Amino acid sequence: MSDPQGMSIVVRVVTRWLFGLILIFGLAVALFGHVTPGGGFAGGTIVACAFVLAILAFGGSRGPGAAFARWASSLDATGALSFLVLAILGYTAGSFLHQWAARGELFTLGSTPSIVLLNLAILLKVGAGLFAGFIAVAVFEGAAGSEKGADA
Amino acid sequence: MMMYALAAVLLGVGLYGLLVKRHLLKKVLGLLIVEHAVNLFLIQLGYIDGGIAPIRTAGEEAAAFVGNAVDPLPQVLVLTSIVIGLGLAMLMVALTLRIYQRYGSLDADRMSELKG
Amino acid sequence: MDPVLIGLTVFVILGSLAALEMKSLLSAVIAIGVVGLGLSIVFLLLGAPDIAITQVVVEVIVVTVLIRAAARVPEETPTLRASRARTFAGAGVALIAVGLLAAAFQTLPAFGSQRFAPALWYLENAPDLTGATNVVTAILLDFRAYDTLGEATVILTAVVGALAVLRRPERPKEGSHV
Repeated sequence: MSDPQGMSIVVRVVTRWLFGLILIFGLAVALFGHVTPGGGFAGGTIVACAFVLAILAFGGSRGPGAAFARWASSLDATGALSFLVLAILGYTAGSFLHQWAARGELFTLGSTPSIVLLNLAILLKVGAGLFAGFIAVAVFEGAAGSEKGADA
Repeated sequence: MMMYALAAVLLGVGLYGLLVKRHLLKKVLGLLIVEHAVNLFLIQLGYIDGGIAPIRTAGEEAAAFVGNAVDPLPQVLVLTSIVIGLGLAMLMVALTLRIYQRYGSLDADRMSELKG
Repeated sequence: MDPVLIGLTVFVILGSLAALEMKSLLSAVIAIGVVGLGLSIVFLLLGAPDIAITQVVVEVIVVTVLIRAAARVPEETPTLRASRARTFAGAGVALIAVGLLAAAFQTLPAFGSQRFAPALWYLENAPDLTGATNVVTAILLDFRAYDTLGEATVILTAVVGALAVLRRPERPKEGSHV
């Protein structure tokens, strides 16, 4: 991040307003992924977008960006692990990745709790993973040609 | 037929970029275009005329839904493929930045002449 | 055969040609963003709202990453023009590939005429068997959840790869050759 101050005051204030809204939108897209278009992948990417916006507006080394960056890769692992745990819970109903939770009425949020939980695990995994990847590219500070080999 | 041919043309454009362009970032763009073309082709395969999205809504007759909805299977494959494509793009950009840092150039031809 | 669909696809093709031929890297990256957004509308028209949503958001992140990369390398990278022979050879190979693909596509059923056999089974049984009325999600997280597990692994690997490639290099010792 060449500019540790981030962007102008206008962008920062708008970001502060929009950040929570984008998060909630991503969460809703993932949460209702089994009855409406969306799901863990779309929701996770939207959540990653919110954090990307925050890190671009506030700068990489200061503000919330730095705090998020520290947590991103462990959240990534948490998402993968919770997907696995949910998959193993399927053994209580018969086999790996089997639906283990009681199912409700069709067309409602509770119609299939295990798929909802899997969607949320994917959201965590994809969101944190993509954000960690973005940080790696955005915060990279290699100066041009600073590691030049023999070609000079 | 026409639609499939357009997907093939898109793939050809991406292939042209991969083969001819010397700038590494342009090659990355070419690969992204090829990826788009394959996704487009898969989605086209599942389409039927007048098809609706494969999402059943509350008031809908099951028979009408089965009769009209498009094929969901290619959509599932493309959904994962898009997100993998994003991870791939990040990895490619990371490698490109590293290469630029090391060689001070993004010319693929010059790079193959130089010794690591 | 929807003229809107054809027009949008042609627009996407022209956009990708522009992205490859633009001189300025930044313009090329923005052109690739246009390609992705146009494609997401095509997906929406083809009855795939799930894909359309994902494509839009993914394109936003891809363009952001590419812009940061393009801003990092100088705008005036040595004028990289391929030789004339190479341009013709590359275009020829691409044309041959398109021709072969088009010939192969002749054997497919006409666009929009029929679905493959498994589609009907999924559409008929997925909502009742899994409880998810979005059939795409039902397949993604129930019938083919192993695919999704593998896919999550691929993302993890790609991101770990990017982090490893871009890790902060150790400071080389004085006089040592990196």
